[in-house]
Amino acid sequence: MTNAREISVEYLARVEGEGSMRVKVVDDQIEHVDFSIFEPPRFFEAFLRGRPHTEAPDITARICGICPIAYQMSSVHAMEDAFGVTVGGPLRELRRLIYCGEWIESHALHIYLLHAPDFLGYESGIHMAADHREVVEQGLRLKKAGNTIVGLVGGREIHPINVRVGGFYKVPTKRELEALIPELEWAKEAAIATVRLVSGFTFPDADLDYEFVSLSHPDEYPFNEGRIVSSKGLDIAIAEYNDYFVEEHVERSNALHSQIRERGAYHVGPLARYNLNFEKLTPLDQELAHEVGLGEFVTNPFKSIVVRAVEVLYAVEESLRIIDEYEEPAESFVAYTVVEGVGHGASEAPRGMLYHRYLVNNGGRIEDAQIVPPTSQNQLTIERDLRFVLEEHLDLPDPELSWVLEQSIRNYDPCISCATHFLDLTVERG
Amino acid sequence: MTLPTLAVHKFASCDGCQLSLLDLEDELLAVAGVIQIANFMEASREVLPPPYDVTLVEGSITTAHDAERIKQIREETPVLITIGACATAGGIQALRNWKDVDDFSRYVYAHPEYLDTLQTSTPVADHVSVDFELRGCPVSKYQLLEVLVAFLQGRRPNIPTYSVCVECKLKGNACVMVSQGIPCLGPVTQAGCDALCPTYDRGCFGCFGPMETPNTAALADQWKVMGASDRELVDAFRNFNAWSEPFRKESDRREASIEIGGVR
Repeated sequence: MTNAREISVEYLARVEGEGSMRVKVVDDQIEHVDFSIFEPPRFFEAFLRGRPHTEAPDITARICGICPIAYQMSSVHAMEDAFGVTVGGPLRELRRLIYCGEWIESHALHIYLLHAPDFLGYESGIHMAADHREVVEQGLRLKKAGNTIVGLVGGREIHPINVRVGGFYKVPTKRELEALIPELEWAKEAAIATVRLVSGFTFPDADLDYEFVSLSHPDEYPFNEGRIVSSKGLDIAIAEYNDYFVEEHVERSNALHSQIRERGAYHVGPLARYNLNFEKLTPLDQELAHEVGLGEFVTNPFKSIVVRAVEVLYAVEESLRIIDEYEEPAESFVAYTVVEGVGHGASEAPRGMLYHRYLVNNGGRIEDAQIVPPTSQNQLTIERDLRFVLEEHLDLPDPELSWVLEQSIRNYDPCISCATHFLDLTVERG
Repeated sequence: MTLPTLAVHKFASCDGCQLSLLDLEDELLAVAGVIQIANFMEASREVLPPPYDVTLVEGSITTAHDAERIKQIREETPVLITIGACATAGGIQALRNWKDVDDFSRYVYAHPEYLDTLQTSTPVADHVSVDFELRGCPVSKYQLLEVLVAFLQGRRPNIPTYSVCVECKLKGNACVMVSQGIPCLGPVTQAGCDALCPTYDRGCFGCFGPMETPNTAALADQWKVMGASDRELVDAFRNFNAWSEPFRKESDRREASIEIGGVR
């Protein structure tokens, strides 16, 4: 007698966007594992054609309400690359600061409201608050500290309006930034407490062989600049992205699956950044990571929640450093001349590397656009993880098995709204 | 005591408007104390059965499947509130409405035959009756809170329909058009952002969509006096609220002037 089990979650909870998961097991043999994205396509790359290049940060922000800064940063860096402009000094620091704010709010949202409930056995952060109100309140306050940075530097938390090619429309005063310090001092302690809290969770065993990919910068933990490196020896300029990576459109998903050419799946996000840039974290971060037994190279995806907590701490410390050293620039942006050309940009969204490429004509309008968000890069890796977790937990009854599979998807903090609707035909043919 | 139940549904969108609920960091737990979150996939695995006392809908209708799904959602609730530019005006993805969507599909996807997509992106109110539309790209989280509180109290939400100009005056901003020569959509755009862009030395770009009875033609003429081309006017009106009727008509008028022989 055959024993067939099918587990299907038609609408995944606690992720951003519309995705589903289907697995089928026959006589303890896995028949198929699908992580699908059914979010309807919105065709950003198509309607960006013909739009003024100045609109790219405002329009691409609308790809994702959770990580609009990532889209704004990758797009403005790509445009500046096309025009041969470099933004340095306090404007560069302000870009790191606003990105810190996004990491703090996005990671705190994921840690406390979306992911911790899996480890503690609650349906949601709201349910969790019934028993652990002070924990959820700490998470919300930490999230708010990040949002306050984005709100001040960017104008508002979701779809900020102050980022432009060359810099900002208006820069904050030193005094305005200094007003954030007391809450950030609190956030530093709260972030330390968060690392200790989440490292005490129980983690399913996993030691997986990934090719981790992230930006790497000689002097700092990466946000907006650097080279694209991997744990298996890749080390390329951002502009070489399409020479080494390729996207494929598969039937079951409205998002495209990215692969490293002739090597396959790879892993972007907090684990990749941490593993490839551990020595760029502050002494406090490194010490705390050792104290909680995290190690310098993490291969258990369930521990991504701890790495996110370490990154929150880093982002708070980095914000405090930037505010301390900040000197108001004379101009809010660097003037530039539009020239026809191609520009590339990559930055580290909370959930991983986000690549943009634009062809701009001599009238300053976009002729061609390519956007590769982190979740489509992680899609194959997520499916591989699902297969592993399924094999390890076949003895569980269906509801518990389904939950641990969902949890393993949430390890990646997938943003399905981002992942949908991306592919460039020229890449497919290449 | 049984609490009123809340459902939150998503269509084609960025998730930002429903995220506004979770961005109410100081109020979220208090809100959860007076409303039962019954169906909100971004926040909870738990789904309680319908009906729901109030339903928030984010996103525009872009697939045949979603055009059916919204009808089902309408049947499950006496109060359906749409939130954000996508749900109330079709969103930025409504730019497809002026193009051939098959061409768009081929540009973005290698296998467009895998896709289920309609020719247009349309607001929810084109498909089912809607009890209240809350504007914004994204919505203001405080306006969202006001709408929920008004629902609980059984009154109309206090959401102004005047223009961004009023907010600038209330804030004491110098007009960016007059004092800095920056083109601004504030005179025709509904308030709700607290005059955000002019406060940051930037012209309004219309996130909250058209105000009540906007004079788009007069504003467009003023932009031309300031040196804007018809093409720039088309870009300005064809943005996050492109498919709202006043902005759509103005952009079509300006596009027609380009075709008549205006400067591109």
